[in-house]
Amino acid sequence: MAQRPQARPAGPKPPFWRDRAKRALIFQLLLIAAVAGFLVYIIGNTQDNLAARGITTGFGFLNNTAGFGIVQSLIDYSSQSTYGRTFVVGLLNTLLVSALGVLAATLIGFVVGIARLSPNWLIARLASGYIEVFRNIPLLLQIFFWYFAVLRALPSARDSLSFGEVIFLNVRGLYLPEPQFLSGFGLIPLATLVAVVASIALVIWNRRRHEATGKRLPAYWISAGLIVGLPLLVLVVTGVPVTWEVPELRGFNFRGGITVIPEFLALWLALSIYTASFIAEIVRSGIQAVSHGQTEAAQALSLPQGLVLRLVVIPQALRVIIPPLTSQYLNLIKNSSLATAIGYPDLVSVFAGTTLNQTGQAIEVIAMTMAVYLTISLLVSLFMNWYNARVALVER
Amino acid sequence: MTIRHEMIPERPAPIRTVGPIAWLRANLFSGPVNTLFTLVGLYLLYVLLAPTIQWAFINADWVGTSRDDCSREGACWVFVNARLGQFIYGLYPGSEIWRVNTVFASFAALIAWLAIPRLPAKRWVAIATLLAFPVFAYVMLYGGYFGLRVVETHRWGGLMLTLILAVVGMVAALPIGILLALGRRSQMPIVKSFCVVFIEFWRGVPLITILFMASVMLPLFMPTGVSVDRLLRALIGITLFQSAYMAEVIRGGLQAIPRGQEEAAAALGMNYWMRMGLIVLPQALKMMIPGIVNTFISLFKDTTLVMIIGLFDLLGIVQAALSDSRWLGFALEGYVFAAFMFWVFCFSMSRYSQYLERKLHTGHKR
Repeated sequence: MAQRPQARPAGPKPPFWRDRAKRALIFQLLLIAAVAGFLVYIIGNTQDNLAARGITTGFGFLNNTAGFGIVQSLIDYSSQSTYGRTFVVGLLNTLLVSALGVLAATLIGFVVGIARLSPNWLIARLASGYIEVFRNIPLLLQIFFWYFAVLRALPSARDSLSFGEVIFLNVRGLYLPEPQFLSGFGLIPLATLVAVVASIALVIWNRRRHEATGKRLPAYWISAGLIVGLPLLVLVVTGVPVTWEVPELRGFNFRGGITVIPEFLALWLALSIYTASFIAEIVRSGIQAVSHGQTEAAQALSLPQGLVLRLVVIPQALRVIIPPLTSQYLNLIKNSSLATAIGYPDLVSVFAGTTLNQTGQAIEVIAMTMAVYLTISLLVSLFMNWYNARVALVER
Repeated sequence: MTIRHEMIPERPAPIRTVGPIAWLRANLFSGPVNTLFTLVGLYLLYVLLAPTIQWAFINADWVGTSRDDCSREGACWVFVNARLGQFIYGLYPGSEIWRVNTVFASFAALIAWLAIPRLPAKRWVAIATLLAFPVFAYVMLYGGYFGLRVVETHRWGGLMLTLILAVVGMVAALPIGILLALGRRSQMPIVKSFCVVFIEFWRGVPLITILFMASVMLPLFMPTGVSVDRLLRALIGITLFQSAYMAEVIRGGLQAIPRGQEEAAAALGMNYWMRMGLIVLPQALKMMIPGIVNTFISLFKDTTLVMIIGLFDLLGIVQAALSDSRWLGFALEGYVFAAFMFWVFCFSMSRYSQYLERKLHTGHKR
């Protein structure tokens, strides 16, 4: 049997730096060596510096008493609590302002983004004016504006702005009535739960029936009615077991009700308004990305206008909108760390600010803070990858 | 039978289909809902604009030297006027301000040359901007050579510092970003995972924690006795942060270049760096310019965060001026001025990037 001809005529072997695999290996070993050397250098220096300053490393400080108060806390907290607890309080405050900010920004962003495409010239111009103004001014400046120029300029508690004598706004914050739940209120969350489960079942049943017979019910409207109607019905039947505790002026300040501190208001307003301008642009470009032929084709199939939007345009627009939208949500969460500039007790302000200054444990504190944000980012990008894989165009 | 030999003169189109009235009908009052929207929009505009114009222009005070020159009925631009020098140059000594102006002017000239498509020799101007200009700017601003007085960085501030942070952060981040983007597309597993971890780490944390890290932890990383200038710490933090974002923009551009380009270059016997430097990157960079301008805009806005670690950029110095006891109570004027400055810069840059996007988009448009 004839031997296969050699690909390369036998000759002197090429030197090792001409061999791709060996070169890659050497290159990567060099990189590892450089990174390791850099780390060793830094760690050595850090140990020397820490020893010179008499700081012991480790997470033991988390069990020490913090000794400072925090203006807003979602869990029990006093100055007797530990540094570990300040971390949790800060984290919860960050999550609170981020969650409410995401909600408001989405709402404003979608309204403005759709208004930007309005056939009404004035409305479209107003929307693009909003986008261009708020997108091009730094967020920190907007936070300062709301905090120092607007909320700090409000009247004192005695001359509060009053909205229907139940909501009060003054320099110390916003005072809202607080619902007091009487016995029997437990039925209402239960009714909501039942309504939600029933709606999901209805939607699934409706989809199966639609695929089998081609008939469909307006399932979304029915379930919307169910989710709103059933709890309302139970509320009326049980005799409205809720009273409202209205804030009252006593002395120099309001008592009772829910107090929203001005730092929260400023941060929340600025974050929502700033992020909404980006979301509006995303929504606009997402809707414009669906070519008009899609709408025309759907109309040619004589789908009614509502179904054209719901079955053809919106699903395709969402495919374009969702990825940049999640990255805006992520930006909002990261930007909520600007709270530290006005003293809203978020993670960075409470933990990377006060706790770091009091304990001097710079490395541990910064590492924990960064770990929190990294975890959130990773979770969101995992979700993104999952979503992208789910909605990706299946091309032949 | 009569035959016309001349055309009937053209009659103007009916007033309902052309002209301002038709435009109004089509765009503002095409139906009851639209009319309602228009009226609501007009009302909103009136509610927002009338008091603003009243405050900012009609009732405002423009000239004077102290707060007594302000009537307090409208904006007191006297405050901004009196502090303008500080807002722009920080605490830079007055006799040396020409140095800052020279740097500003030459930078503006270089950028204008690069931004106007018709001017020739772009490549050389770009190389001068990236390599020679930073040296020139450092010598001019910091001094110490050619008989120029040394101006310590803690005296730098205002708009000047904002521009320095943004431009230096950008120029330093560009090469790092290119390397990271190439590394992320590399087939060497260790290089690739190193780049991915590096990029995702800096993108995953807020800039403020990076600045905290740079100001608190960087001194710990240095050998004992070596102290790092505060401005330099901020610059290091910003550069690392920016390079990660830059890498993603560049990766996007690299992905848009068809594989055939690189394969063709390889077929001509080019090695990796020649393929990248001569074939792929020049094509990719051109497509990335809008993305780069956009990251520059967000960096420009993000530089305001350095005030939290104690540097006085434009916002920082406005904030500091607000607590001056001679000028208490002019927060609104200060913020409006700073917002206007930032807005002018960001808006013009974003318009330029949109123009570029349209210009570069030829041929791909559906």
